[in-house]
Amino acid sequence: MIVWSTIGMSLRQIGRNKMRSFLTALGIVIGVGAVIAMVHLGDAATRNVTDRISAMGQNLLMVQPGTRRRGPGGSRSEAKPFDERVVRALESEVSGAIFAPSASSRATVVLGNTNWPTTVTGTTNGFFKIRDWPVVEGREFEAGELRAATPVCIVGKTIVDEVFGGTGALDAQLRVGKLSCRVIGVLESKSSMMGQDQDDLVLMPLSTFQRRIAGNWDISMVYVSALVDGTTEEVQSQIETVLREKRRIAPGADDDFNVRDMAEIAETVSGTFEALSMLLSFIAAVSLLVGGIGIMNIMLVSVTERTREIGIRLAIGARGREVLWQFLIESAVLSGIGGLLGIGVGLGGAYGLCQLAEFTFAPVPSIIVIAFLISAVIGVMFGFWPAYKAARLDPIEALRHE
Amino acid sequence: MGGAVHGAHLIEMRGITKYYGKGEALVRALDGIDVTIDDGEFVAVMGSSGSGKSTCMNILGALDTPTGGEYLFKGVNVARLSRDQQALLRREYIGFVFQSFNLLPRTSALENVELPLVYRGVHRRQRRQRAMEMLDLVGLSDRAHHTPAELSGGQQQRVAIARALATDPSVLFADEPTGNLDSKRSAEVLDFLADLNRQQGITIVMVTHEPELAEWAKRVLWFSDGRLVKDGTPAEVAA
Repeated sequence: MIVWSTIGMSLRQIGRNKMRSFLTALGIVIGVGAVIAMVHLGDAATRNVTDRISAMGQNLLMVQPGTRRRGPGGSRSEAKPFDERVVRALESEVSGAIFAPSASSRATVVLGNTNWPTTVTGTTNGFFKIRDWPVVEGREFEAGELRAATPVCIVGKTIVDEVFGGTGALDAQLRVGKLSCRVIGVLESKSSMMGQDQDDLVLMPLSTFQRRIAGNWDISMVYVSALVDGTTEEVQSQIETVLREKRRIAPGADDDFNVRDMAEIAETVSGTFEALSMLLSFIAAVSLLVGGIGIMNIMLVSVTERTREIGIRLAIGARGREVLWQFLIESAVLSGIGGLLGIGVGLGGAYGLCQLAEFTFAPVPSIIVIAFLISAVIGVMFGFWPAYKAARLDPIEALRHE
Repeated sequence: MGGAVHGAHLIEMRGITKYYGKGEALVRALDGIDVTIDDGEFVAVMGSSGSGKSTCMNILGALDTPTGGEYLFKGVNVARLSRDQQALLRREYIGFVFQSFNLLPRTSALENVELPLVYRGVHRRQRRQRAMEMLDLVGLSDRAHHTPAELSGGQQQRVAIARALATDPSVLFADEPTGNLDSKRSAEVLDFLADLNRQQGITIVMVTHEPELAEWAKRVLWFSDGRLVKDGTPAEVAA
């Protein structure tokens, strides 16, 4: 018997009972839709986070005082801060890397009547290169300014927007805490990361920050960038050796500082996101199973309802296997249509959520194909028992059925 | 069915029995039937309800298997065929017309007539053409796209006859074909069947319980209590 005729018959049968067919397929629509949405959302979130982290700078290491804590954003515990001497030692003894010592605090910037709380960071010109974060307007610090603690500053895009109303920041005098600074540059805009606005900051020479804002010589973080790709691990171990020596840590004792590798952090974060999206997809897959049971239920009802039709087909000369195929194809087509609708719903949903979360949406073709195939397979799997029941019917009994 | 034996009777039953139940409750629906039917006959199978005529008809149509005895269709022992082989036998050689028409609901007359051709693997275009010819033959070509619900009882039965004839069967089994029709429509259907038999030589075996309808047949088999008690022309059996 011609397969196409059977598929045609199945489609007509599904068309005759549009409302019921739709409700039957709805379980699959929801299941497939949920899986598709979850996988895409997880994928977009992972990609978003890793992109943002890698955007912080190539081969970036961050060295902080305090013992190491695992995971992103692990804060440091009490430990004595770094100082000028340690940074000089690193610069002279660690090869193949550039360093940018920095210190930060919260401060309010004032312009006219505008008050804006922000983060002030004192650092050196290495910061722009290491963080891959160029000055787009104005200039970087001059050597003299870095040495002489000149009151100059470079501001982030958010400061320009919120304090200066969008333009005219360059060469303006901006009060940072109690210090009046001249704005000499504006940083390129970096978008937010995990809900944190990165552009909300003011940079000034490290010496200026230490002398005029903090009132001490502490360095709270050293940004490091390995100059050659793939050498971050080596650079990291050199840094650890130098720091242990300079900070007089006894052999066998724990470090009182930590070196964090952004690539490692990116991996940890994306691993967490992947695990989360796996879990959500699994839960969504359970709803797919429930959808399959819904199909089986309706197909069983359908076989009972159409017993007489099956009897007619058998009397006319249909073999059991042809009746089996008819019902199997019908449930596979039903489930496949549900799958297609579900893919549409899932993609639409994921797209909408990505827009809301400001993630970049990208379809994952493999999962779309897999979801469709799974929906068809579910139709065959859960359609088999009803179809088998139909195929085993006795023609006379079936014809007598009212 | 490559095993058909030439020169054999179209239908030959030898000592066919059909029992239901066991022990005390044993019902002998058919209790030893011997009968032969040849090509071109128009046979009416008669008897009161419970006489075994419908059971016999189901066995003849390869819809049911006998408890004992031999049923040879074109020389092939039907009882020894598998379920699927019986389906193929029905597909190739047998057409059915039922009392309750048994058309597929919500399916056009044309598609109903096409159905047996679908199972035969006939291509769509030829199928369509053949089905239209059959509807033309029963005078319903203008109703091809109507569903059974939109047709009268007589029209539905004519669609059912068109469906049964679509595969050009060796024998047409009609089980109370006019049971749901008034006497005028009954006469029309029987005239049509008689014409088919006379002009195209199609063998027809028809179950009925109305003696006046048996007049259209050439031969009457009379069943009583699971046995074949009379076999002859309508006039002979009525006497």
